[in-house]
Amino acid sequence: MNHVDGNALAGQLSDLFAFDLTTAVGRCINCGTSGMLGAAMVHQAAPGTVARCPHCGAVLATIVESSDRIWLSLAGLTAIEVTKPG
Amino acid sequence: MSAPPVEPADTHLASEPAAALRTAWRVGTVVEARPETSSARRLVIDVPDWPGNDAGQHLDVRLTAPDGYQAQRSYSIASSGTGTRIELAVDELPDGEVSPFLVEDVMVGDKLELHGPLGGYFIWMPQADTHDPRPVQLIAGGSGVVPFLAMVRAHAEAADPTPFRLLYAVRQPDDVFYRQELTQLAANGLQLDFVYSRTAPHDWPVPAGRITKDALAGFAIPASEKPRVFICGSTGFVELVAGWLIELGHGAGDIRTERFGGK
Repeated sequence: MNHVDGNALAGQLSDLFAFDLTTAVGRCINCGTSGMLGAAMVHQAAPGTVARCPHCGAVLATIVESSDRIWLSLAGLTAIEVTKPG
Repeated sequence: MSAPPVEPADTHLASEPAAALRTAWRVGTVVEARPETSSARRLVIDVPDWPGNDAGQHLDVRLTAPDGYQAQRSYSIASSGTGTRIELAVDELPDGEVSPFLVEDVMVGDKLELHGPLGGYFIWMPQADTHDPRPVQLIAGGSGVVPFLAMVRAHAEAADPTPFRLLYAVRQPDDVFYRQELTQLAANGLQLDFVYSRTAPHDWPVPAGRITKDALAGFAIPASEKPRVFICGSTGFVELVAGWLIELGHGAGDIRTERFGGK
């Protein structure tokens, strides 16, 4: 299975955040490029979900789910910018 | 001294895009199911607490087996707006875990667990909301046309002045989703082009074959018009088309993609 887009993270992330994180702009900690998380490269074939920077390939975020827990790392992202609703 | 004027809460809410509404797991009931193509099915699902959705959003469907095993997949929504009835068109993947059930087994009256509406990235909103007059180029590979159905329907319904062009790459004429509706929309302002990869209609001017960069250049709004481009299809299709568009001078920031995996 090939990678998909960050847009595919919307379901998992909506369990954790009150806003749509796929339209938030994040800066890659590795190359400094800013972009919407919806444009990230997302790999879903691993035991968890891995989002990578579309420019340099560095890992931006990982999500691992078990039946009763979710582990989220946003370690590759800095300065996340969210539009306030309404 | 009188209080400053306050915008009524309901007016304020009505102007918010549906993407801003809280998503949730919901239960819907299948109210219509009919074949779309030989391998795909159109489903209309009534979700009483559906908050409405923007054109291009998706949802997750979760199936639970009697032994508790769960499988979940994302599907684009072919409808948009404020109603509680949503429409999906699902293509059956031979080795799929969810699509065979939705295409072969689910019946009118059955209930489905749905998570949505999801995603504000791959959406189109009318020019009245975005004030963005740039033309819009939609490029679909196979069942990747589904979110574009929501967009072209919303565009027509809003009588939106944005120029819209849809390039639909499909294996053969029988695989075209929503043929009748697309034909009608094409008669009313939508610019609609097909590329057939396996079998073309007998009177078609171009022989069937994989989409080429030249075909793309001929059927897509040129980069000089600075269109916003949406591409949806298999990962391989999206990579190919997005790469060519960049070579043709389109800005990477003007292209939004929705890959659904596969080759």
